Amino acid sequence: MMAYIIRRALYAIPILIGVNLITFTLFFVVNSPDDMARLHLGVKRVTPEAIDKWKQERGYDKPLLYNSAAGGTASVTETVFYDKSVRLFMLDFGQADDGRAIGQDIRERMWPSLAIAVPALLVGLLVNITFAMLLAFFRASYIDLWGVVVCVIMMSVSTLFYIIGGQYLIGKLMNLVPISGYGGEGINTVRFLLLPVVIGVISGIGSGTRWYRTVFLEEMGKDYVRTARAKGLSELKVLFRHVLKNAMIPILTGVVVVIPTLFMGSLLLESFFGVPGLGSYTIDAIQNQDFAIVRAMVFLGSVLYILGLLLTDISYTLVDPRIRLS
Amino acid sequence: MIIWRHNRKALILAMTMLVLTACSERSWNNPYPAADEGQNILYQAFTERPKHLDPVRSYSSNEYAFLGQIVEPPLHYHYLDRPYRLAALTAKQVPEPRFYDRQDQLLSADARLEDIAYTVYEIGIQPGIRYQPHPAFARDEQGELRYHELTEAELADKWRLADFVHTGSRELVAADYVYQIKRLAHPRLDSPIFSIMSEYIVGLGDYAKQLKQAYDELSQQQGIAGEDADQPWLDLAKYPLEGVQLVDRYRYRIRIMGKYPQFLYWLAMPFFAATPPEVDRFYSQPGMQDRNISMDWYPVGTGAYMLTENNPNRRMVLMRNPNFRGMPYPDATHPEKVSPQLLVDAGKPMPFIDQVVYSLEKETIPYWSKFLQGYYDLSGISSDSFDQAVQFNVSGEVNLTDEMQDKGIRLLTEVQSSTMYMGFNMLDPVVGGTAERERLLRRAISIAVDYEEFIRIFRNGRGLAAQSPLPPGITGYQEGEQGINPYIYDWVNGKPKRKGIDEAKRLLVQAGYPQGRDAKTGEPLVIHLDIAAGGPDDKSLLDWFRKQFERIDLQLDIRNTDYNRFQEKMRKGNAQLFMWGWNADYPDPENFMFLLYGPNSRAKHAGENAANYSNPEFDALFDQMKNMDNSPRRDAVINKMLEIIRADAPWLWGYHPKDYLLHHGWYGNLLPNLFAHNTLMYRRIDLDERAQLRSDWNNPLVWPVVVLALILVVSLVPGVIAYRRKERQAMRHTVDHAGAAS
Repeated sequence: MMAYIIRRALYAIPILIGVNLITFTLFFVVNSPDDMARLHLGVKRVTPEAIDKWKQERGYDKPLLYNSAAGGTASVTETVFYDKSVRLFMLDFGQADDGRAIGQDIRERMWPSLAIAVPALLVGLLVNITFAMLLAFFRASYIDLWGVVVCVIMMSVSTLFYIIGGQYLIGKLMNLVPISGYGGEGINTVRFLLLPVVIGVISGIGSGTRWYRTVFLEEMGKDYVRTARAKGLSELKVLFRHVLKNAMIPILTGVVVVIPTLFMGSLLLESFFGVPGLGSYTIDAIQNQDFAIVRAMVFLGSVLYILGLLLTDISYTLVDPRIRLS
Repeated sequence: MIIWRHNRKALILAMTMLVLTACSERSWNNPYPAADEGQNILYQAFTERPKHLDPVRSYSSNEYAFLGQIVEPPLHYHYLDRPYRLAALTAKQVPEPRFYDRQDQLLSADARLEDIAYTVYEIGIQPGIRYQPHPAFARDEQGELRYHELTEAELADKWRLADFVHTGSRELVAADYVYQIKRLAHPRLDSPIFSIMSEYIVGLGDYAKQLKQAYDELSQQQGIAGEDADQPWLDLAKYPLEGVQLVDRYRYRIRIMGKYPQFLYWLAMPFFAATPPEVDRFYSQPGMQDRNISMDWYPVGTGAYMLTENNPNRRMVLMRNPNFRGMPYPDATHPEKVSPQLLVDAGKPMPFIDQVVYSLEKETIPYWSKFLQGYYDLSGISSDSFDQAVQFNVSGEVNLTDEMQDKGIRLLTEVQSSTMYMGFNMLDPVVGGTAERERLLRRAISIAVDYEEFIRIFRNGRGLAAQSPLPPGITGYQEGEQGINPYIYDWVNGKPKRKGIDEAKRLLVQAGYPQGRDAKTGEPLVIHLDIAAGGPDDKSLLDWFRKQFERIDLQLDIRNTDYNRFQEKMRKGNAQLFMWGWNADYPDPENFMFLLYGPNSRAKHAGENAANYSNPEFDALFDQMKNMDNSPRRDAVINKMLEIIRADAPWLWGYHPKDYLLHHGWYGNLLPNLFAHNTLMYRRIDLDERAQLRSDWNNPLVWPVVVLALILVVSLVPGVIAYRRKERQAMRHTVDHAGAAS
């Protein structure tokens, strides 16, 4: 297995270089270093000299991808792309264009993201599986039919609606929890997390339940389930002892792959609830044309996604003894 | 069973805590810690995190909201007096200029402009003013600065300023102001006013070159690259600046070129606040930048408040500076012009509020809801909540809605010291130039675009149609008939009335565009509006502009682009018609008129004259006006200038935005002051009233949750019945099959 992991880690390097190159190209197609400088220096009293100085101090005065003036390897290394990429591979995220240390910001902001994403994932998983099993149990009945209809309706509603509706109903009309914000200690923190987590769970019920229902129904059509029923097991036992266990592989595929990316946070939830997580950090950076942060977050996202895929592969071997990594 | 027992304990504990929480008087939806209850804390929100808080770099109002409370320039604006008036803050008095000729001979106060080679401002500061407690001032038993030679190990557990156990303070001295002015030229700090200040402060331009050279040498010696977080510390005390001289412990002189009366206004901005060299040195130590411990994030000052928590991702906290000297609340020069409520605290030591908590609220809906719940003391009005907040009566006056009045919410309105205009590129062959044909075309368009309607539709009435670049409150602005733009408005029934479309069409015919077509070629005239508008809301705005042009048979082509491309077009002078705005730095007409000064042309000189307007007569008058003190003679010059630009019409004068600000009745001493930055110290809160109303407004409503839980339980019953029926059927089916088989 170790050889497999090392091989996958080595495969990741060209992927990360590619992702970095694409991010770099896309970013600089839309924004020139001059534009970045202008945005950061503001619109009042900005002189061309100030713009040049800003670019020079942050290393944006070099050619972007190829330095024709320099010879040999310097034609590649004396470029913005090289300067900005090499440090990333050493996980040195450097400084944002406003001078803040990105590594420090990420360290601070990943906890609020996790505080919402982890409970939302776990509770969501529990709720979705429960509902899916319920629908699978009552398959082809009115409960199943109306359950699916409700799921489709819930899927069709925008997350924004859940957020604004939840804030209005629970936070404003019923005054049960703070409408937005983050912080406090102990039980006080839970008050802030309750609403975003509930909304995160509810907004995912439609799609999650339908997906797991399909998985369960597929399993329930298999021979071993018929055998289990034939030997006189109750339907509940069939579901919990056999179907759930065997449906774990596709469930794991979906869950394990998202675990590392939980760090990246939820863009909408964080923004509306004023949660200082990594999701809102990325959105802010895009709006502020802060390439240093965008680059760091895309790189981190890619690394975490690759890690997620690797963990999925490993988890297969744990839940299904027939699978071997080679 | 064991697991259940453990879980049961945890469940009982959790339930107990919930019940205790429910039984406490504190509202469930209160977003603030219980320890804050009853504390003298002001709660506000910020929607955008400040980029810079270093006084030498900061240059926007959202940054000044924090910075203005912390650092103190020598001057500030009187809180109550209108028109705006400069007053001494840390200075003993507002300095009087002394004029010198080329031979350095002192001239009289009324010396001729052409004789004045230099102006000297000598600023004496008050003794005994002390800085906020800060680790940069902390000294050990030997009297040495404690945190100025920090090793990596010593920094290992320090991630916030609060992690430094010891703090110290010292007296504010004139040398700190001198140091700060030198920082304007620091090669690493990119001060936005360096360019304009180097035109005035003697030797500042050369000083920047000198510092750059020294800085580069230092970087080279220490092997530091431009991108490295840790940069070398340049001890500015070693580099004298010709134009700024330290006289003694409490006095310094600034020598500026020529005469520049507006310089005093700059002395009321944070750019000229004091920076202690030891603080600069403290923040420049290796490892500090990596921890976001820098002047940009923790400014240091002598103001009424100090920044104790700076988490721009969540909240920022200002605490009362324990070393603040306790300035008295001011008296008004003309008390009859000020609301009596604003004078109750006159003479009492400030600040009145102990702590100010700013929470990040990016979205307007939660911000507004929390304001209505009483968790924010102050709020603007977003377009989403406008109808809920205010209504207009039949005479067009704005009033609060009944809901707001019932809550005791108050409304403050103030026309901003800004102008939002639509400019013609004067370099454009169709709409530009000062020939009569183009001038008439511009005037016709100026009449056709109905800004009164624009303000009604798109600004909810929050604006004032502009008669010139000068907004109300700025010298030169005139109320009444004398103040209208006679090329666009008539004075009818005591009000300005926009001229009719027929007049615009008549001008268009005179300009050679009858029915919107070029009289010579017969081609329809198409005007191109360059704009960076991306949002869905912008579509209706652009459609509205099209309709305005259609009223005089002109076609408007919208060239929508992203902001960067738009800026590039403006820089190269490629736009034809564009929308732009300006927010004043200080209450002087020079700060608006310079937007039309020829040598400030954006395309030719990268200046702020975005329209690239150039009129030698106007430019000459500007040169004269900017160096004059306020007087009837200056007013006459301003009027002449206004007449020229109104006739030339390089802009559609647009509008001056109007601020609508809501605050709860418990929040007092609020008076909009567009130029003062240190306004928090004047404010006060009635804590009892706030606590009572918050409690009344936020009673938790639990019954819907109980009903929902009951519905869920009841809805389980058919499920259970169905399950049992299904199981029974399955069993019967199995038994039948078994019977059949046997």
